[in-house]
Parts: sequence; structure tokens; C-alpha cells
Amino acid sequence: MSKKMHIKLKVNGKDEEFFAEPRELLIYTLRERLNITGPHIGCETSHCGACTVTINGKSVKSCTMFAAQADGAEVTTIEGIGGPDNLHPLQEAFKEHHGLQCGYCTPGMITRASNLLEENPNPTEEEIRFGMAGNICRCTGYQNIVKSIQAAATEMNAAKEAAE
Amino acid sequence: MSVAKPLPHDAAKLHVTGQARYVDDIPSPRGTLHLAFGLSAIAKGRITAMDLSEVNSSEGVVAVLTAEDLPFENDVSPSIYDEPLLSDGTVNHLGQPIFLVVAQSHRAARVAARKGKIDYAEEEALLTLDQALAADSRFEDGPRIYQKGDAATAITAAPHQIEGTFELGGQEHFYLEGQAAMAQPQDDGAMLVNSSTQHPTEIQHKVADAIGLPMHAVRVETRRMGGGFGGKESQGNALAVSCAVAARLTGKTCKMRYDRDDDMVITGKRHAFRISYRAGYDAEGRLAGVEFLHLVNCGWAQDLSLPVADRAMLHSDNAYAIPAIRIESHRLKTNLQSATAYRGFGGPQGMVGIERVMDHIAFERGIDPVELRRRNYYAAPGNVTGDNTTPYGMEVSDFELHELTDQLLESSDYAARKAEIAEWNKTSSDLKRGIAFSPVKFGISFTLTHLNQAGALVHVYQDGSVHLNHGGTEMGQGLFQKVAQVAASRFGIAMEKVKITATDTAKVPNTSATAASSGSDLNGMAVKAACDTIRDRMATFLAERHQTTADAVAFEGNRVRIGADEISFDEAAKQCYEGRISLSATGFYKTPSLQWDRIKGEGRPFFYFAYGASITEVAIDRRTGENRILRTDILHDAGASLNPDLDKGQVEGGYVQGAGWLTTEELVWDGKGALRTHAPSTYKIPACSDRPDTFNVALYDGQNREDTIYRSKAVGEPPFMLGISAWLALSDAVAQFGPGYPALDAPATSEEVWRRVRRQRNEL
Ligand code: FES
Ligand code: FES
Repeated sequence: MSKKMHIKLKVNGKDEEFFAEPRELLIYTLRERLNITGPHIGCETSHCGACTVTINGKSVKSCTMFAAQADGAEVTTIEGIGGPDNLHPLQEAFKEHHGLQCGYCTPGMITRASNLLEENPNPTEEEIRFGMAGNICRCTGYQNIVKSIQAAATEMNAAKEAAE
Repeated sequence: MSVAKPLPHDAAKLHVTGQARYVDDIPSPRGTLHLAFGLSAIAKGRITAMDLSEVNSSEGVVAVLTAEDLPFENDVSPSIYDEPLLSDGTVNHLGQPIFLVVAQSHRAARVAARKGKIDYAEEEALLTLDQALAADSRFEDGPRIYQKGDAATAITAAPHQIEGTFELGGQEHFYLEGQAAMAQPQDDGAMLVNSSTQHPTEIQHKVADAIGLPMHAVRVETRRMGGGFGGKESQGNALAVSCAVAARLTGKTCKMRYDRDDDMVITGKRHAFRISYRAGYDAEGRLAGVEFLHLVNCGWAQDLSLPVADRAMLHSDNAYAIPAIRIESHRLKTNLQSATAYRGFGGPQGMVGIERVMDHIAFERGIDPVELRRRNYYAAPGNVTGDNTTPYGMEVSDFELHELTDQLLESSDYAARKAEIAEWNKTSSDLKRGIAFSPVKFGISFTLTHLNQAGALVHVYQDGSVHLNHGGTEMGQGLFQKVAQVAASRFGIAMEKVKITATDTAKVPNTSATAASSGSDLNGMAVKAACDTIRDRMATFLAERHQTTADAVAFEGNRVRIGADEISFDEAAKQCYEGRISLSATGFYKTPSLQWDRIKGEGRPFFYFAYGASITEVAIDRRTGENRILRTDILHDAGASLNPDLDKGQVEGGYVQGAGWLTTEELVWDGKGALRTHAPSTYKIPACSDRPDTFNVALYDGQNREDTIYRSKAVGEPPFMLGISAWLALSDAVAQFGPGYPALDAPATSEEVWRRVRRQRNEL
């Protein structure tokens, strides 16, 4: 067994500190060590996007990053985007516009979408489709996922304008 | 009324916040053990020696089990006891489970599972249809044949004939949540199993057999699956049984989830077919007779292959009244994964066969493919003049496609676009566009008649809240939501008052798989029956109390009107409770009017048909074979929809999955029988960027002519087959590159399109 490493993360605003083997994947850290089970495991080979989280402002598939690589980073999972009583506009939109069926891809989808809108608050339909291409959904045919993201973008921009 | 409202999925809020639990998210007790299979490295042979010492000594390993260690049944088959959980010494496909590792972590189990040293006496594997046919390796004694009239004579006597053969590949389910199960031993030897399954009763049955207990000692709970698509109808058995056996042995909670690569290598997929056809027709393209030969690759175990192959035969007519037809189906046994249920259950394969015939004839005769199809449609109700029966003798009495087709042609602007595409193609040499139409007529009911039953359990509590349970499982299709809307409507209360609970074999017993699109039809009716029983009891009691009659009691808007009086539903529940009225009831439903002889191929296997049609436009690039779906228009018949938004979601998702099957999703095995496309890196599932640029989906405004729950229609499987138009559109585009019929195989991958274009251009 290899030597354990001392790792510090800030996950959803909370400081976490632990010792882990260098080979521990971030998705296992989240799901098994920290009981954060929103990010799901769909493939473990970085192709499906079910495990997507945001690390220091970038979308990352947490199944293909070692916890050690994330040492010192800020990690946001779906749980950090909004809870049942304070839904983020994207969460609200996915719910209202049926952007989900089985829901297994949903946490990764929304987490990715939140980063997409961060980078590009006014995406075209095509930019959404290509920006989300790394997240597979087997159920919806993507129609309502695209719709949900469009609706959330509109909502968020309107809120921003109102605040200005 | 809650029915017919486009309400969000019941668990939507949990999903969007990551709170919805799948099997692997359920908190498990300390000391939970994890399981993995050691898999065979060859496709066929016998195990001559097995050295598992390194597996045993691998870090974190608690136990290693082989077939000999299993205490009772060694079987996970859903049909004929031909599928051992662990190899009995023979190997029948590459990736077959041979031993089971029980370890302290998922990773430890997987690492150890790779360390088995197994010697084999390898035998020649049957991997292809030709090999299986030559060896007469099959299920059932010979081919199954369904026929109507004398097809051979009709074809010969017809003015024109065509014939052809094509390959139709299988399909990986790729439910986003892989197979998973967890078993927790109870204090009296009983077992509680959480399983990602479409069929909790079967899991219960197989687990009971494997641990030597009656079914009453096994309780299976399924709250939700992360997708199923038929892939969790029987394929979850192995995991649940493994967990139960290991839990019995160790006394600890045991959990198993397949790694994705293992999942793809172990579990069954859609059946691949080779379809040969011969058809005779007149100058207008009217069919006189058709013959089909289905060679079905069933893999190594029988699983559900017989009813799948039957259903393919039953959809060989699709929407067309064919005077004489003969379908011959060979269910071939090969050394590949055992093919299993997959959305449409053989129906899509049968339907692709006749759509290919239509496409081929339209091409040969130069008739518009939509017009040709309409000439061959079954007659609409009220317009029946001659024979309007299917090849299996069922009267088609609800044919909606004439009207539906008219509406779709209109809304999609088909004629003008077709002309525009033809003009555009003249100006483009490397890129060509194609457009195609395909209709769907899909039979609803399990063809095994006794499966068409369902049960429900409903409680009204004294505070007026309602607990709802039924035998159907939720895999994303929105069944729980739709059925809860039925319950809320029956009591005239708001949705929030209805609590949807996990499918549980201890609440509703002897359930059928949630399959055959039947979930809402069967469970909706069972729930309605249970609710009505309680409602009638309440009405009788309240009427007596308020000195009126039961028919003067109405449940609406969270209120109960009793003659001239009105109270809240909550108050009504309280009064009934205090009046010692039973507020709990079961409900039961069985589909009426069915009778079916699968050997003769005669009778009424289906309660009704669901209809739909699609038009797809594509573009292809001759230099690479690359292609895109530019536009799709769909009109689909969900009867009087219980929830139009959820149903539209099924249509959109079904189309994309169906188009994926016929275009990008290619399964490749090497000459040794190893699946080379065992991960999403090599198996191409449609991504968000592959979605049609324009995607217009609408529900047809109609009612089920049969008496189904609120006159709705099943919607899980039928839209899958709308994807056939994508394949036909590619064919149309390829045809622009030269004379001759393109005769595409499926899936029409970029490589396939490229090859066929080269042939059209005489470059091969
Ligand atoms: S689980 Fe990480 S991308 Fe699929
Ligand atoms: S909703 Fe099932 S995978 Fe996206």
C-alpha cells in the first residue's frame, strides 16, 4: 500500500481534511468519504459526465481526477449549487421544463450547465448543445435539457438586469 | 383533476438537487462488503483447472465463491434454468462470471477478481449467425413460422418482385446507472434486497431459490432506476442473487455494482437480426405478398429470446395490410452475451424489415415513399371494406395513421421540403441531403397473456394524506407521477397529498416486470380500482351520516360534497376513521379481451395499438460518410395523455435512442468473441450535439378507442421505432450519389455510409 497523503479541499464551502492514498479518485472521496452522493458514477472513464463537478471554476469529471490532484482546490458539487429549499435557477428550470427522466445524469448535467453559463451567460442553442456534449443522457433525447438551460439563462440574465 | 396535466416528475426536486437515491447512494451499514465477478477469458470451452489462491490472498478479500460453494440453486435465468450464476465448469461466452469475490471495498473486489488463474480446454465458439445456422445451434426445435395466405404464390403471381438481405445490429442499453444491488440479512434469516430492477418479483423469486427460503422471506425494494430500457428486466438477477448469497454467508450487508466495462461485457443486449425479404407488388406498389426470414442472434442462454423473436414476427406487418405473408424465425444460439429485452422487445427489428421493403419498392418504382406506404395502410375504422386483419388474424380496429400522416405531412411541410432538397442536391456534389418518413403501429400487451395483471395498495390516513403503492417500477418514464395523478384525481385531492412509495414485494405481490410499455395501463387501472374501493366506502358512510345517498357524494378540489353539505377531504377522512371505516384497499387489474396462441401465431395478443409517425432529414458527406440529422418532425399518439409533457419526453428520448441504434451505435466483437466496444469511448451513444438541429414533437389529439385508464395509451416503447426514419433518410441521401438501391445495413455508421456511397459511385 502506498503512503497516504494529506489532502485539503474546500467542498461546497466547507473545509475538508483527510489522509488518502494517492490513487484515490475524487469521485470516491466525494461519494464514500464525504457522503456527497449527488455526483454519480456512470462510466469511470470520463465519457458520460455523471460525475461532473466544478473545481476552481472549471468543469471536471471527478472520476478521472485523483483527490490528491485537487489538493487545495475549491470543489462544487450539485449539493453546493442549491438545495430543495433554495433551488438555483438551473435546478428550477430542469424541474419545470422536464430536463430529466431517470435523473441519473441530472446532477452532472446541471453542474456542467452552471459552469457553461458562467463562461457564457448568453449561449445560443448550438453553443448549449456543443457545450453539453460531454454529458450523456440516455433518456431525454436532450430536447428538454437544452430547453431547461435556455430557460435558466433567460431567468438569470433577467435577474441580473433587475439587480443592476 | 390531476390527470392530463403536464406536471413535473414526482422526484424532480430530488433529482435536481442530487438528493434522489439510487441503490449505490443508499447509506449502508458499517462493514458492508462489496462484490465483483471473476470473468471468463474465452468464449467457449471447459474449465480444466482453477487456481484462486492469489484472489484469496488479495488485499481486503473476505471470501471467494465458485459454483460449488453455492448453497442452493445456481441459476439466474428468467426462463428455463439455463443460466448459472457462476460457471458450472462450462464456458459459454467471453465475460461469463466464473467466481465471486467478496471484499471490503468495491476496488478490492475488482482488483482481486483479476487475479484468478484459470485453465481452459477451449472449443470452437459459434459467434456468427452463419456458424450457428451451420451447426443447427438454436433454441426451440426448429424455426417458428407465422403465415397468412400463400405468400410464395402471391409473390410469384404479382407483376413485380424485389428481394434483399440486410444486417440489423444489436444495441447496448447503456442505462446511465449500471446494474446494482444490495442485500441486508435480517434477524431471522430473511433478506432485504434493494435492486435496480424492472422486475422486483423475479428478483425475489431468484433470491429465494438461491438462499433456500420461501418467497415470503425475501423482500425486494426498488425506489428507482437510473434507466432500464429492458436491460434491467432479467439482467439484475445475478447481482441480487450474489449479494443475497454472500450476505447469508457472511452475515453482513453486501453490495454489488458492475463497473461499466464489466456491465457491457456481462449483460445481454438487443438481439441482432439478419433479415431476408421477398415481396411481390403491382405497378402502384400495392403489396400482394411478402416473405421474411429472421435469423436472430440470441446469445448463449434463452433469457427472453422467444417472446422477443415472436414480437419481431408480430410487427413484420407494421402499418400495412398484407394479403399474404410468411415469416420464418430462427432463434440461434451463439457464444455471445445472452441477448435480452430492450425497448420494443423485438418489435423494432420486425418493423425495420417491412420498412426496408417499403423503401426498396418505392425506390424501384419511383413512387413517393409516403404515398406508397399510404396505399398499403390498414383501413381506418369505418372505412373497412375488405380484409383488415394482421398476419396473426387480429382485426385492426383502431387504425389512426391515415389522419395522423396527413397532419404530419402538413405540419412538417414535407412536399415542399422534399422538392427543395431535390433542387439543393443538384447543386452540391460532396454533400447530399435525404428525407424519409416512417410510421409506427405497435401492439400493446405482454404476449405472454398471464403477465397482463397488476396490483396496488392504497391507504388513506386519518389526516387525509394518501399512501400509494403499486407493482410498477420507476426508471425515469414518469410512471409514479402518472399513476399518482390518477390517485389524486380519484379522490379529488391535490398531488401533494399523495405519497408515492418505493415498489416493494411486501406491499404488492406477484407483479409483472415493468415492461412492454404496460406500466401506466396496468398499474394505473389497479390504483384506480383501489382508490375507488376506498372512495365508495367513504361515500356510503358519509351519505348515511348526512342523510343522503352515496351518489350525492362528490370528491373535488380537496373537498367532499355530501348533498348540500361540504367538508374538507381531511375532515372526511377523520370522520370515516372515527366511524370505523376501513381506509385501506388493494386494487387489481387484468387486461381484458386477450387470447393468443404463440405456436400457431393466432389470436389477439394485443389489447390495442399505439401509433406514431416521423419525418427525418439528414445530410451526409461522401468523403467521410459523416452525417447529421438536420430536422425531425414527429406526431405521436398517446391517446388522451395522462401527462402530455412526460409523454412527449418519452417520444423525444425514444426517437433519439432509436435513431442511435440504427446510426451510430455499433457493437463489435473480435474473432475470439471479445466485445471490443465495451465502454462509451468506443460505443457511440448520441450526445447532446447529435440531437437534430430542429426537433418538432407533438402528440396526436385522440383517445384510446379501448377502455384504458382515462383513455390514454402506452408510450414507453412505441416512439423508439420513430427512429427508423433516420436510417431511411440516410438511405435516401446515399441514393443521390448514383443509380441503384443503396441497401444499407444497420447501424448506418459513418463507415457504412461511406462504403455505400463509394459503391453508388462505382468506386468499389
Ligand atoms: S463517471 Fe465520470 S465521466 Fe462517467
Ligand atoms: S435522465 Fe436518465 S440519463 Fe439523463
